[in-house]
Amino acid sequence: MYKAILAIRYLFKRRISYFSLAAVALCVFVVLVVITVLSGLTSEFKKNTYRSVGDCVISTKSLVGFPYYDEFISRLEKESIVQAASPVIKNYAMVKSTESLNGAPYIDRTLEVMGVEPITYSRVTGFADWLVYNKADAQKAFTQSYDANAPGCVMGIGFLFQRDSQGQYIIPDQKPTFKVEISCVPLTAKGALANVGTTVVNTKDFAFSDCAKSGISIDWKTIYLPFDQVQILCGMGMEPKRTNEIFIKFEPDVKLSAGCQRVSQLWRGFVEEKADARYANLLGKVKVQSWKIYSRDIVAVAETQQMLMIMCFAMIAVITVFIVFVVFYMIVSHKSKDIGILKSVGVSSGNILVLFLSFAFLVAVLGSIIGSLCGWQFLVYINQIEDCMFERFGIQLFDRTIYAIGDIPNVIDIKVLAGIIISAIATCLIGAVIPSWQAARLKPIETLQVNQL
Amino acid sequence: MSDNSFLIKAENIHKSYRMGLADVNVLKGVDLTIKKGEFLAIIGSSGSGKSTLLHILGTLDRPDKGVVRYDGRDLSDCSNRELNKFRNKMVGFVFQFYHLLDELNVLENVFLPAMASKSILGWMRARRAAKTRAKELLSQFGLDARVGHKPFQLSGGERQRVAIGRALMNEPTVLLADEPTGNLDSETGNGILQVFEKLHKAGQTIVMVTHNQRIAKRAGRIVTLEDGKIRKI
Repeated sequence: MYKAILAIRYLFKRRISYFSLAAVALCVFVVLVVITVLSGLTSEFKKNTYRSVGDCVISTKSLVGFPYYDEFISRLEKESIVQAASPVIKNYAMVKSTESLNGAPYIDRTLEVMGVEPITYSRVTGFADWLVYNKADAQKAFTQSYDANAPGCVMGIGFLFQRDSQGQYIIPDQKPTFKVEISCVPLTAKGALANVGTTVVNTKDFAFSDCAKSGISIDWKTIYLPFDQVQILCGMGMEPKRTNEIFIKFEPDVKLSAGCQRVSQLWRGFVEEKADARYANLLGKVKVQSWKIYSRDIVAVAETQQMLMIMCFAMIAVITVFIVFVVFYMIVSHKSKDIGILKSVGVSSGNILVLFLSFAFLVAVLGSIIGSLCGWQFLVYINQIEDCMFERFGIQLFDRTIYAIGDIPNVIDIKVLAGIIISAIATCLIGAVIPSWQAARLKPIETLQVNQL
Repeated sequence: MSDNSFLIKAENIHKSYRMGLADVNVLKGVDLTIKKGEFLAIIGSSGSGKSTLLHILGTLDRPDKGVVRYDGRDLSDCSNRELNKFRNKMVGFVFQFYHLLDELNVLENVFLPAMASKSILGWMRARRAAKTRAKELLSQFGLDARVGHKPFQLSGGERQRVAIGRALMNEPTVLLADEPTGNLDSETGNGILQVFEKLHKAGQTIVMVTHNQRIAKRAGRIVTLEDGKIRKI
């Protein structure tokens, strides 16, 4: 009992204890805030990336694409693990707007075009939810009423509209009405230019029908077109028709690796079956990948940032151990007389060790509680704080004109919080163990001598 | 009690300390016997090894050579656990500088030895009796009004009386006092000695270390430590 009483009294009656308490609280605060914000950004980024491709992707880097995709999709749809599958053509195009109506900007640049079937594509991805004017209604994605001769196109919101300082796109209430001229270089199934000797490129006018806001970089560089139109533009429309990607979504209870393995197996069987078919060589260049591997170029950046932050926090933990060590070393030096007194009344070295480790435990728990509460409050108001700083000093943590985020993520993950608190306690105990061990080993006669006072 | 009726018997005690490069032999074969109920004063000049001997008698330190027997039992055979228990139950220390814990109040300082020997559950059961005993001791020493005070709020004499109360808390068989009046004025010191005399009359065995002949004369027997040995018994 005396251990608990003394540990509590050491904590509250000794000013030096407040330094270790403050060190722990500060570290917990910083780690909680930064991990919450960064994890929020990373997980939102991953979620958006996942929602842009589905669970599994069958793709080739070749712009020629691969044939018989519709036959394979039919097979996939019969599989119990597959919820939906959709063909996608990705290619590059020159996009030019010949007119600028209702405030829409003039466009003349190279963009990535994605040929999609809006209904199936929405079943696999979040496409329907990304639509700004026809939200959740994928069927109307390419529908527009002002030009009966031009098919519709959905443009990534990033190059169409500007963002305000809060990160919100400034979207006009009235849908812009303008047309864009899209030119692609069509390739034959053998990889040769399809229109050699004629015009080389295929060009077609499309009328703006909607814009899409996915929250990732495709918002700045992609224009969505009807699948069959892109097939024609890219020279993939001749029999056997081709695509260069198939996005697949699994049923919710299917594990990603198991699902991808099954699709790989199916694909291998399909390729073998089609070995003698026309242009079968194109099927050999196709890969089956999970969305994580398919998107690793962009996801890896976020994960690397997260790893770097974890390393930074590991260093913070080392610094905390050192601070706690120094503070406890000083406390033990100040309390050597107490150790002698306690031993003179029969307290064992083991109990002295427990006393100081209990003290460290209290510092860690209380420091963690204070740090967590401060961190929680800071996160609750982090967006208001950032707004206030921006309004008064022009400081913005994440420039919304650059970063694809709205509010700063501030939802605390209980598991992360528990991990931080457990780490803080472990850190404190590690920092305190050597001074506590030294305290336990002190000889009472050395601490009680007159010249030690 | 053992066959020769001595409570504590120290035989041929040697103790040396390392000071810089040299070994300093503090005790060079001390033989000392203390009877139960005896009030013994050990005198000697500063650095003669009085405190070292007292610490060895109270098992705060171990001799390099020699044997200390308590009630016939050789204490060098005891484990650390047994020695801790021995210090808790059998010995009460009174130091020149009181050595009270600043974080505890007067009452808590007094019942500290009772609390130290018990687990949390054991203490829950014994708490009431321990507090009553501590209050009785404080009342006996005229400190009823100081129960809730912190050591720094007390005078030197009051602190020493609190230290004596703590030493007596577990009703030890021997009270070991190291210059108990060394830090007090003569009047206050006299009050402390009166407390010791009263305890002695009640049957308490007391071993007191002092360098002051006048104070030593208050004890029933005086031994002198000189050049690391007991000169006269």
